[in-house]
Amino acid sequence: MPSYVIPDKCDGCKALDKTACQYICPNDLMVLNKDLMKAFNQAPEMCWECYSCVKICPVQAIEVRGYADFVPLGATVTPMRSTDSIMWTVKFRNGTLKRFKFPIRTTPEGKAEPEAGFATHDDLNNELLATEPESCGMSTLPPVK
Amino acid sequence: MANFETVEVKTDVLILGGGMAACGAATEAAYWAKKNGLKVTLVDKAAMDRSGAVAMGLSAINQYVGVRDGQNSIKDYVEYVRNDLMGVTREDLVANIARHVDSSVHMFEKWGLPIWKDADGKYVHEGRWQLMINGESYKVLVAEAAKNALGMDNIYERVFIVEPLIEGGKCVGAVGFSTRENKFYVFKAKTTIVTMGGAVHVFRPRSVGEGLGRSWYPPFNSGASAYFTIKGGAEMTCQEVRFIPVRFKDAYGPVGAWFLLFKSRATNALGENYMQTRRPELEKWKPYGMVKPVPANLRNWLMMLDVMEGKGPILMRTEEAIEKIAAESPDEKSKKKKLKELESEAWEDFLDMTISQAILWAATNTAPEEKPSEIAACEPYFIGSHSGASGAWVCGPEDIAPKEYFWGYAQMTTVKGMFAAGDASGASSHKFSSGSLTEGRIAAKACVKFCVENTEEPNFDNAKLEEIKKWVLAPIDTFEEHKGATVDPEVNPNYIKPKQFMFRLQKIMDEYAGGVTTQFMTSKPLLEKGLELLAMLREDADKLAADGLHELSRAWENYHRMWQAEAHIRTIMFREETRWPGYYFRSDFPSMKEDWKVFANCVYHPAKDEWEMLKRDIIPIYEEVKVS
Repeated sequence: MPSYVIPDKCDGCKALDKTACQYICPNDLMVLNKDLMKAFNQAPEMCWECYSCVKICPVQAIEVRGYADFVPLGATVTPMRSTDSIMWTVKFRNGTLKRFKFPIRTTPEGKAEPEAGFATHDDLNNELLATEPESCGMSTLPPVK
Repeated sequence: MANFETVEVKTDVLILGGGMAACGAATEAAYWAKKNGLKVTLVDKAAMDRSGAVAMGLSAINQYVGVRDGQNSIKDYVEYVRNDLMGVTREDLVANIARHVDSSVHMFEKWGLPIWKDADGKYVHEGRWQLMINGESYKVLVAEAAKNALGMDNIYERVFIVEPLIEGGKCVGAVGFSTRENKFYVFKAKTTIVTMGGAVHVFRPRSVGEGLGRSWYPPFNSGASAYFTIKGGAEMTCQEVRFIPVRFKDAYGPVGAWFLLFKSRATNALGENYMQTRRPELEKWKPYGMVKPVPANLRNWLMMLDVMEGKGPILMRTEEAIEKIAAESPDEKSKKKKLKELESEAWEDFLDMTISQAILWAATNTAPEEKPSEIAACEPYFIGSHSGASGAWVCGPEDIAPKEYFWGYAQMTTVKGMFAAGDASGASSHKFSSGSLTEGRIAAKACVKFCVENTEEPNFDNAKLEEIKKWVLAPIDTFEEHKGATVDPEVNPNYIKPKQFMFRLQKIMDEYAGGVTTQFMTSKPLLEKGLELLAMLREDADKLAADGLHELSRAWENYHRMWQAEAHIRTIMFREETRWPGYYFRSDFPSMKEDWKVFANCVYHPAKDEWEMLKRDIIPIYEEVKVS
């Protein structure tokens, strides 16, 4: 199905001006049924299973069921993403459970500064990009020859 | 004509796309634009946090040269790329990316990307050029820097770019439409950077049911870059050099960590390692067959030979690799700890970038320490950033490029004002995520220089613009006009819906241009037949119908794919040899020929509706090492 929406949990992001899943889906698949106020994946066969909708849903109403044309039933992979890490719960068809936690960023959200704190320069005509050579970790651009 | 408000945006630097190259372009362009009083505008068909090929995340950075720590030189990287592509590469472009790429990676680290480090604080390498990362939010971080650089006022998300605006042989912007509201967008710009990714779903995927979308490269990379540059009249290069990755079968999970980090072998069902048993075959592809590492397409080829002899399934011997690593532990306790670490690393590799593979392993009760997993060649993709090479022919850097490869501004295509980076630029393979972003940075600085030196305002004839608007919205009009003719709107003799149009394209490419079902083999007669069917598909494109904005974007995505397909067929046909046997095999020209050690380029001439095929010399910047 790839991603699917659990009707009892989805509230159509009624507090927001657009649904989170619709906002984020890179393939424009998630839409809101305005009569039901529930979101759904309008073309599951075009879903990449990237989990962007699953990760962003504010009420955990979206899950993924592996592609039915080659994935045996019964497994789930569920993320819980916070501001600095992600926790994954993997449930096997045979019931085995595994849990993993990985960091996702080392800086506070929103703080990626474009020049990354490196010194910049003003010469539009040389080969150095804005933050170079400092961002190269060298005193010059790495030599080609 | 459907009632769409026209919104006009005037800018200096227009960035098309929102992926890695676009984000690199955004940060660099914003810096130089501010200094020179210029405006930068970015247009993404999705939302930048999760758009492009890195949307899901990545588990490794595949291009890091390590010059700072004396690990490699720029020349080392160029030689690696040249050999992997069987001698066909623009060394000036590859060297240029390589000398700037480390600086991009250092910026990622500052932005907050967790890069694995060893006890001495050095980056952990997966392979010689690859760094291990905790990359779930790789794209989120890069997009954040780009957004902070540009400000949301200069970013248009959910706007689908259809067509370039060309006036007097110069690119003056682009047009498209909102995928959320009835608005037609006209962007007029002094310079345009094409960074709209590669192309997937040109060939029929292996899974055609619900798993249709589970391509290795994302299904939303739909050939927009190729179309934009081809249609704008830009010279294109390496349109024959498709990419076929070998990945875990069906879910297409990454194999890099298994091959490089865990030193796993792949064997056929008889337990034979085709890299050893098929070694004599490599002699045929000298000198590239003799280099280390063996080029990706030749590794594919050796595996394919086993598959064609019925020796599959081909297996990644995960159980063997884990056992071997664990055996190095001095005692039981450290062995247990090591196994736990390996398990976590192996699963993260999938969870960071191909979650479907984790689902497939869980659904098939696969414990990698217990049993091997099947690998297979994917369907062909068009991706100039990996081990493929298709893209626009761009200007090299002034200080390195041979004069034949230099025409004023780095990364500019042969169309004035139109720049390309990432999957959009060709013959500069192995740039991956980090190099693509880097190329975007290079293009952006050159764009600002172009704007400073070429101050002419971008103009486009209004009457022509109205015609283009009508053409872009035509699929909606066609649907509205004819939808009443049948009970089921999907089946209607007056039009074709985007999905069936895509399936028709995929069938042509798969069966005539060397897709999965023909085991990647083709010939001149097959290609000619494919071209004949493609010509009729192009005629029928006038009858594409769209029920709403979502289908309108699908219609144009598939139209773009069709042009990538035509450039591909024409170039495979032009090159009368087989040079990358593990990507495609010409049954009528089954070996590599010295006189085809050239670039096969093509140009579409819009005014005449004609394709021109060209050979371009390969001019090295380093002397080629003789390998015997």
